[in-house]
Amino acid sequence: MSAIYILWLRELKRYVRSHAQIVASLGQPMLYLLVLGFGLSPVFKRAGYGDYLQFVAPGVIGMSVLFSSIFSGLGLLWDRQFGFLKETLVAPVSRLQIMIGRTLGGATVAVIQGLLVTVISMIAGFRPAHLINVPLALGFMVAIAIVFSALGVAIGSSLQDMQGFQLIMNFLVMPIYFLSGAMFPLVGLGPVLTFVTHLDPLAYGIDGMRAMLLGQSAFNPLVDLAVLAAVGAVLLAVGAYRFSKIEI
Amino acid sequence: MICVRNLAKSFGSFTAVNDVSFEVAEGEIFAFLGPNGAGKTTTIKMLTTLLHPTSGSIQLDGLDPSTHQNEARKRFGIVFQDPSLDGDLTAWENMEVHGVLYHVPRKVGRARSEELLKLFELWDRRNEQVKKFSGGMKRRLEIARGFLHTPKILFLDEPTLGLDPQSRNQLWSHVKRVNESERVTVFLTTHYMDEADRVAHRIGVIDHGKLIAQGTPQAIKEQTGTASLEDAFLALTGSTIRDESASPTDQIRQFAKMWSGGRR
Ligand SMILES: Nc1ncnc2c1ncn2[C@@H]1O[C@H](COP(=O)(O)OP(=O)(O)OP(=O)(O)O)[C@@H](O)[C@H]1O
Ligand SMILES: [Mg+2]
Repeated sequence: MSAIYILWLRELKRYVRSHAQIVASLGQPMLYLLVLGFGLSPVFKRAGYGDYLQFVAPGVIGMSVLFSSIFSGLGLLWDRQFGFLKETLVAPVSRLQIMIGRTLGGATVAVIQGLLVTVISMIAGFRPAHLINVPLALGFMVAIAIVFSALGVAIGSSLQDMQGFQLIMNFLVMPIYFLSGAMFPLVGLGPVLTFVTHLDPLAYGIDGMRAMLLGQSAFNPLVDLAVLAAVGAVLLAVGAYRFSKIEI
Repeated sequence: MICVRNLAKSFGSFTAVNDVSFEVAEGEIFAFLGPNGAGKTTTIKMLTTLLHPTSGSIQLDGLDPSTHQNEARKRFGIVFQDPSLDGDLTAWENMEVHGVLYHVPRKVGRARSEELLKLFELWDRRNEQVKKFSGGMKRRLEIARGFLHTPKILFLDEPTLGLDPQSRNQLWSHVKRVNESERVTVFLTTHYMDEADRVAHRIGVIDHGKLIAQGTPQAIKEQTGTASLEDAFLALTGSTIRDESASPTDQIRQFAKMWSGGRR
């Protein structure tokens, strides 16, 4: 237990100390919010979907949680390169505990990041429709964070170095983001795209957040929750397995 | 305490450790010597559950580290040859994390951390991030951290690498102290033959992955008819410098293996 706690705490300390990284990682969501939020607003309104900033804000929050969780999972590769990973791998603590500590740490950082982006979107003019449901939206944020931190650890355990990083970004993380309905409503997309978006776990996370914050959703929020829980459990198991097999 | 039988490890077609057998008794200080690339670190990684042997068997305190990983890990402590600190944490926090991971009771851990950081002259800088430390200071912290808990077996992979003479002396007298007072078995590697001669009870010499001599420093000197351990070492391993980098064909093979799905 205390091993999980100390590794969790370590992730948090690293996050708090990396000022430059915090600022940098808030820049991108801000750009999406302001440029897309204001730029696409007139078109969106004319199409009869209402205010685009309202619509896109949960998507951008989801995006920042996605990126930040995957990155902290991939932080494993840094630890491998700088050697700290060895220190944890020879410790008399089960690798499962180490993996859980890292994953929860990464997920916590991602949720903090998501909350910061929430605040920024509210400054930009985003207003949740149902304030009572905000804690439930936070629950969905946590679920997204755990799912993708686990995915990050699973990938980080399977790569030897940073070389595969770009590949992962372009062929996994960006598609997950674009197909999640973060930026456009998941309606009337045609059978192929509809099918693919249904395979994207982030789609359920963002849909859940939208259901809570705006009262509009493409799926049932309970379905969202069930899918996230199931995918999360599978990815945690895969991550733990891959992590237990690391050799240095 | 350590019993190794016909141990071998291959990376692709390259055999880094080749049919090595030796034993280290409880309370013994065993120095594992060999030129660069001889296979010392690879052997230590197999002993400490970081690598799976290709073949052969290992027993640490009667346990096989590849099947009883956690039990085996409870038995040893290690100072790595390569860096293994977290640069974003302070010296004190690095000690703290280690203490928790090794189940050192909080109070004991704090007291010992203080003692060790003072011993290795890092106490004044305990609250600084490790990435701001000099190379030697990082090294001293790695060593201090390695002594935070008292294992049954202590692995020291080139612990004196990059240390000044003062710190080297501190280190070896501390190693002797824990060896004598707590009967810690020590398995060490070093490229300083005088250190090995001074500290080790027994020595194993490895070259090109093969164990080529074993015995007390005295016996090894007698066996080679030399006056110093350094001369004995050169007599055993020759005087050519080892080529550490793999040849182009080796690299291509490695590359091909990577893509054919073989795990390194
Ligand atoms: N992961 C790996 N993949 C391929 N080859 C490796 C790997 N690790 C080590 N080797 C090779 O195995 C050989 C033994 O390496 P090892 O690190 O055990 O040497 P060493 O005796 O510790 O040397 P040094 O004194 O330089 O530390 C070297 O030729 C090295 O290039
Ligand atoms: Mg070595």
